[in-house]
Amino acid sequence: MITARDMGLVVCRRCTKLWPGATPRCGRCGKRLQSRDATSLQRVWAWWVVGLLCYIPANAYPMLRTRTLFQVQEDTILGGVITLTHHGSYGIALVIFVASIVIPLGKFLAIAFLAYSARNFSRTSNHWRMGLLELVEYIGRWSMIDVFVVAILTALVQLHTLASVTPGIASLFFALSVIFTMLSAQSFDPRLIWDAQADYERRLSA
Amino acid sequence: MATPIVCAYYAPMADNAAQTDDLSQLIACPNCDAIYQAQTPGSGQRAVCARCRTVLMTPRKRAGMQIIALALATVILVIGAAVFPFLQIDAAGARNAVSVLDAALAFSGGILFVVSALTVLMILFIPLLRVLLVLYVLIPVVFDRPPARHAAKAFRVSEALRPWSMAEIFALGCAVALIKVADLAQIAMGPAFWMFAVLVVLVVVQDNFMCRWSVWSSLEKPRA
Repeated sequence: MITARDMGLVVCRRCTKLWPGATPRCGRCGKRLQSRDATSLQRVWAWWVVGLLCYIPANAYPMLRTRTLFQVQEDTILGGVITLTHHGSYGIALVIFVASIVIPLGKFLAIAFLAYSARNFSRTSNHWRMGLLELVEYIGRWSMIDVFVVAILTALVQLHTLASVTPGIASLFFALSVIFTMLSAQSFDPRLIWDAQADYERRLSA
Repeated sequence: MATPIVCAYYAPMADNAAQTDDLSQLIACPNCDAIYQAQTPGSGQRAVCARCRTVLMTPRKRAGMQIIALALATVILVIGAAVFPFLQIDAAGARNAVSVLDAALAFSGGILFVVSALTVLMILFIPLLRVLLVLYVLIPVVFDRPPARHAAKAFRVSEALRPWSMAEIFALGCAVALIKVADLAQIAMGPAFWMFAVLVVLVVVQDNFMCRWSVWSSLEKPRA
């Protein structure tokens, strides 16, 4: 196995074309070329921190304000899940719980682990970490579902005096948190995973 | 789907390794940097990276034409889904029918308008823009014309927007919202709901049909 870096070449991460090492931009698709993205981890951590900061108010403030004839109810994300289980809608409670709590938290942990293990030795296999990165990139977007549900409910449940739903400030923070963690995952250069392993093996054999 | 072809690692001859003129014969994995001799797999087959299993090429005969057909259908559905009502609620004589645009613009007050803007972008504008860009890039290529002006830039934008196109997530959101209010009021699904359901399938199929490597290679032909 030989890498582009070994051959003094650089690969375009967008269109997979190879160029001599010093080429600044891909002549086919125009992407900026870098043999290794030196600022990758910095950007990963920067987006990660902003995403985490947004996730705190997203959980602390109400996501949804429901006004019916007799009462006004304000639900945070977790509060909404609990209300749903009281109503017996376990399936939906599970969807919201997974999409709004399990996936975001799991994503923060997964990205942190990937970024940490790119610089430090990890016993997990490269394939496992690569799979984890793909999973994070694929699943991360689905957290947006809670924001869309709030949007649909707000538009739909406008029955004058009978019942109405208004969105809470947490929906903004939650949307931002999802966006920032998506940017964090996208900033990660997966070649770092493979380099770390190759360097380690080289040191072993030397 | 056929079993993937695992690419054989490139073994360079002693010193002509990095000659610029044969770089077009090589392909590298964007995710792990391993180099391969570019061998185009047969139609419908996938070439995967031996090191990290990233799919490198999935060329398909007549894929271009199929993608164009899907894209045209998508444009019509997106516009229809945006305009027609997709859910209608009835409770004790009060009634409200909403379109996707209504839902997207639900966060109207104050700072929450940002969420409205993001929602419109992610469920309507970005999916529509991506389809139009793909049509712009693929139509000349499929009909054996030189690539359109700025085709590479258009395809680049379309690819960059891929994770931000969230029509399918909105569709699942509809289902969740439906069940959430099902015991509160009577819900009816409008025509746009079904358009959205079909749209989701089309978007997924279209993304899986497209071989990025084939598109980029075809854009390399010089403009006449």
